[in-house]
Amino acid sequence: MILEIENLKTHYQTEKGVVKANDGISLSIDENEVVGLAGESGCGKSTLIRTLIRLVPKSAHVTADKMEFKGQDILSMPDKDFREKILWQGIGLVPQSAMNALNPVYRVGDQCSEAIQAHTDYNKAECERIVEKLFDAVGLQAGMMKAYPHEFSGGMRQRSMIAMSLVLNPALVIMDEPTTGLDVLVQERILRNIKEIRKMSESSVSILLITHDISVIAEMSNRIGIMYAGRLMEFAESMELFNDPYHPYTLGLKNAFPSIQALDRELISIPGSPPSLLGDLPGCLFSYRCPFVIPECEKARPPDLEIKPGHFVHCIRTDHVEEFRKLAGDKKTWQSSKSAT
Amino acid sequence: MKLESIKDFFVTQYGIITSNRFGIFGAAIILFFGVVALLAPWIAPHELWDSLRDSNGKLAMLRPPSLEFPLGTTAMGRDILSQMIFATRTTFLIGLVSGLISIVIGANIGLFSAFYGGKVDEILMRFTDIVYGMPFLPFLIVLISLFGRNIWFVIIAICCIVWRTSARVVRSQALAIRQRQFILAAKSRGCSNLRIIYGHIMPNILPLLLLYTSFNIAWSVLAEAGASFLGFSDPDNLTWGGMLYNLWISGKIRTAWWWFAWPSICIILMVSALVFISRAYEEVANPRLKQR
Repeated sequence: MILEIENLKTHYQTEKGVVKANDGISLSIDENEVVGLAGESGCGKSTLIRTLIRLVPKSAHVTADKMEFKGQDILSMPDKDFREKILWQGIGLVPQSAMNALNPVYRVGDQCSEAIQAHTDYNKAECERIVEKLFDAVGLQAGMMKAYPHEFSGGMRQRSMIAMSLVLNPALVIMDEPTTGLDVLVQERILRNIKEIRKMSESSVSILLITHDISVIAEMSNRIGIMYAGRLMEFAESMELFNDPYHPYTLGLKNAFPSIQALDRELISIPGSPPSLLGDLPGCLFSYRCPFVIPECEKARPPDLEIKPGHFVHCIRTDHVEEFRKLAGDKKTWQSSKSAT
Repeated sequence: MKLESIKDFFVTQYGIITSNRFGIFGAAIILFFGVVALLAPWIAPHELWDSLRDSNGKLAMLRPPSLEFPLGTTAMGRDILSQMIFATRTTFLIGLVSGLISIVIGANIGLFSAFYGGKVDEILMRFTDIVYGMPFLPFLIVLISLFGRNIWFVIIAICCIVWRTSARVVRSQALAIRQRQFILAAKSRGCSNLRIIYGHIMPNILPLLLLYTSFNIAWSVLAEAGASFLGFSDPDNLTWGGMLYNLWISGKIRTAWWWFAWPSICIILMVSALVFISRAYEEVANPRLKQR
């Protein structure tokens, strides 16, 4: 087990009250596994990443029943230890909008080397050799190490960021929207690069892939989590999740994405928008947009039910799933939800 | 490799300054003053405080510029050219040292204030506000009367005052850089705070720092001239402002135009040269100026 999180809560103290950006998230990542997290904007994906690598602002209050990286408790670890031993050596990051994640005044190769030098005693030549190898792996020429970020295209910057995240052979790489803002061909290439790197690297690399692009997640992940309003709605093996979804939100998301097999199918979106994360909402946070809502949904927070081994659903009406699946394909179903009327 | 990057730095600076006509002009003047300051004891025709006599053996008092005394003489028969050459040295030293020290203070206060924010920012910026309220001359007068007339106290006094503007400007720029994505990326890489401040934020505001170094030197020269003119300078180290002070106390300010003209022209030239160089840097820091 590389990463194990149980009941992780990241709450921001603001003047208006407590904002529950992450509210009770439990997930685990095995060795050499890709776990994908999908969800719409503002569902707490980025907060989860920042919590994992301790880059949340001071106003954030983080609690968890368990937050372990390779068996080490990374919640209570002192900042200095965490920065020196876990960051980048254990957990690498490909940040969101890698376009801007390179410092414009340094050569790209030097920035990659800096990450190595900050954590190890390798000399310059050794650093350059490591970076060169990784540049090669992501399909960048070694000569590009001498270039400045502005000389790179968006895809090249993204690939150099992926190379940079791998310089210290971390056990886990968090990729925050690695393909956003790139055209499909470049996206495809980057996804292929990621796959190749996983094959060639000596030690196993697990990836936590975070994006709002379901197709990217479907392509890459072993297991998938669907996030909504700071909670995990459903978490399962990827085939299982797509073939056998239980949560109404997952059903809705599936409708909203075009499928290559059913070209003439009309795309159905889920009316309404996610609730404000401010304050205390007692029940299921999706109940406001859920067409299958019953009064009980709004009373208490649903438990994370384990429907099948490894398949968790955050819903109390899983026994009616057959009916849901039938109705979910119909546009009228969604228009009947509270937020639509 | 280190040497190469230093060479790179100077080549870039040379390129920036010479890309602008005013920049070339400013650099030429500064270079001229610099050479004069460096070679002062060897190129000055007379000693600083020597009273000179003409060929008839008379004391050469208040002679206008002539072949014998190219820039004229003072009321005590001292050669103004020699005084100017030695004064260049002192003025240059005071300007350079206090300009550099003040940019170091200002840049650090600005960077730390912006990076840490919150209470640190509050304390440092309120301190800057207090310094903004401090008038330069009374501050200098107190310092001089406590410790005596000494060139280093003038430098200290100038440093204590001049850094304030650069601190504010550096802070505002650093605040913007701090929010950029690559700072977060550097943090996620496990960079320490100091590394982020000096390794990632500072290089991005380097043009601004150089601009304000140049400004600060100009301000230091002006401040020194003002203080010296009022008699608050080291009597052993003559400066341009000190020459004007000597003229003022001799009471010949209405008659001896040459005594008055050369130091004033040099102060104007030096300050405007520095402003022209700043201008060249400003175009790098703010490229929109180029279009005008």
